[in-house]
Amino acid sequence: MRITCPCCGERDYGEFAIYGDASRQRPHMEDTDFETWYNYVYTRPNPKGRHVEFWHHVQGCRQWLVVERDTVTHEVYGVALARDVVTLPEAPKANSEGAE
Amino acid sequence: MTHYSWFSVFSKALSGNKGWDRAWRDPEPKAAYDVIIVGGGGHGLATAYYLAKEHGITNVAVLEKGWLGGGNTGRNTTIIRSNYMIDGNTYFYEKSLQLWEGLSKDLNYNAMVSHRQIYNLFHSPSQKEAFAKRYNIMRSCGIDGEILDRNEVMKELPYLDFSPNARFPVYGAAKQPRAGTARHDAVAWGYARGADMRGVDLIQNCEVTGFQRDASGAVVGVETTRGSIKAKKVGIAVAGHTTQVAEMAGLSLPIESHLLQAFVSEPYKPLIDTVITFGAGHFYISQSDKGGLVFGGDLDGYNSFAQRGNFHLIDHLLPEGKAMIPCLSRLRFQRTWGGIMDMTMDGSPIICKSPVDGLYINGGWCYGGFKATPGSGWCFAHTIANDRPHEFNAKLTLDRFRRGYAIDEKGAGPMPGWH
Repeated sequence: MRITCPCCGERDYGEFAIYGDASRQRPHMEDTDFETWYNYVYTRPNPKGRHVEFWHHVQGCRQWLVVERDTVTHEVYGVALARDVVTLPEAPKANSEGAE
Repeated sequence: MTHYSWFSVFSKALSGNKGWDRAWRDPEPKAAYDVIIVGGGGHGLATAYYLAKEHGITNVAVLEKGWLGGGNTGRNTTIIRSNYMIDGNTYFYEKSLQLWEGLSKDLNYNAMVSHRQIYNLFHSPSQKEAFAKRYNIMRSCGIDGEILDRNEVMKELPYLDFSPNARFPVYGAAKQPRAGTARHDAVAWGYARGADMRGVDLIQNCEVTGFQRDASGAVVGVETTRGSIKAKKVGIAVAGHTTQVAEMAGLSLPIESHLLQAFVSEPYKPLIDTVITFGAGHFYISQSDKGGLVFGGDLDGYNSFAQRGNFHLIDHLLPEGKAMIPCLSRLRFQRTWGGIMDMTMDGSPIICKSPVDGLYINGGWCYGGFKATPGSGWCFAHTIANDRPHEFNAKLTLDRFRRGYAIDEKGAGPMPGWH
């Protein structure tokens, strides 16, 4: 498996460390919805096919990357710098019923 | 169906081994069953066997998309043990080990269960304390276990690296005498034959492609590549594809599928008459009856359904083996293979009723599924037959994550690649 790092070019995957699924956005820290956090922490889409995941170029530029890769063929479709594609969650709208 | 015995082996041998029956039938699927088990590996077959034997439910089909025992049952390192510490796991794995003890006789099929012990090496005083805690908890639950010091280990496993140059000097070992190995294929075949003899239909080359639901949303049957089949209850035991099968029923599970490799060396004269795990890294080794040294270690780390591994893990694993047993450096290794592990978020399995009526889940075996085969089948059969778990699997539920009762033996958190 080879990953083309946006900074360093094509490198063997052994230079990278995987962190895991990048398809979910971490909820805002003020979000108190149980289901939102449960799904974020525990459930995974675990697709057989295209999977979006975080990799860290530990033995290279040390940048965090978002890699789209096939979990059956291990083909890498695309690599981007995480700071370019990860969006920050918005604060939840004020809950009229109050916090749980 | 022939009862296997000294007499049957001897008399068939005299007649040139002609006239052995098939070990199980190859039936066409019926239109409806009381219970359908999806997945004809060790766990699915064991479930069908215990449904018939313990609960008298014999109108059962096991649907397998490939051939029996062709998944992880045929791709593991065959180790059996019950040295688990966290409540929820301890008694479950002990039940499984107890079933292993009488398994060959129970099945009338030689599962080649060998209680050749397991040694968990430790390399520091703090590691010893951790193992002492775990083994003390086991002993307080009536499970055998001992702690050995360095001199005792040296006497029992003289081929480990005890030299002054050892990279990770052996401080001692925890030992479970009743642990050991079993013949993986024979386990699947024995359960298959036992289930078939009791009337279970084993249907191969039959892939489940969807679930039939009634108006209330309950599962009432399955769609397969060999037609639709009705069932009052459907249990899934499909290891690496648990996510995909559960998804057909609309369930989203706390599971990721990962790749685990295993290795066999060239056949060698008897060297390792037990199972040994390295404490300074993740490496375990035993020797098969054919002489090959069977070993394995960590997951490759990334999500995968590919059943084939990568070189970095091999490069990481072999030096660990050599650091533990220096004479391994002269052996060539012969085969490597990969299996797909359904890793849960706490490293412990799931055997329970699912939130969908009529559907039962047996999965999330991480990479400890083989040793659990009898216990898993036994508990899953109990859960399906009685619509409630046995006390041995009562804590191995799907909702434990939601309720904050994760059973995290390693303390790694919800990172499936780290368990």
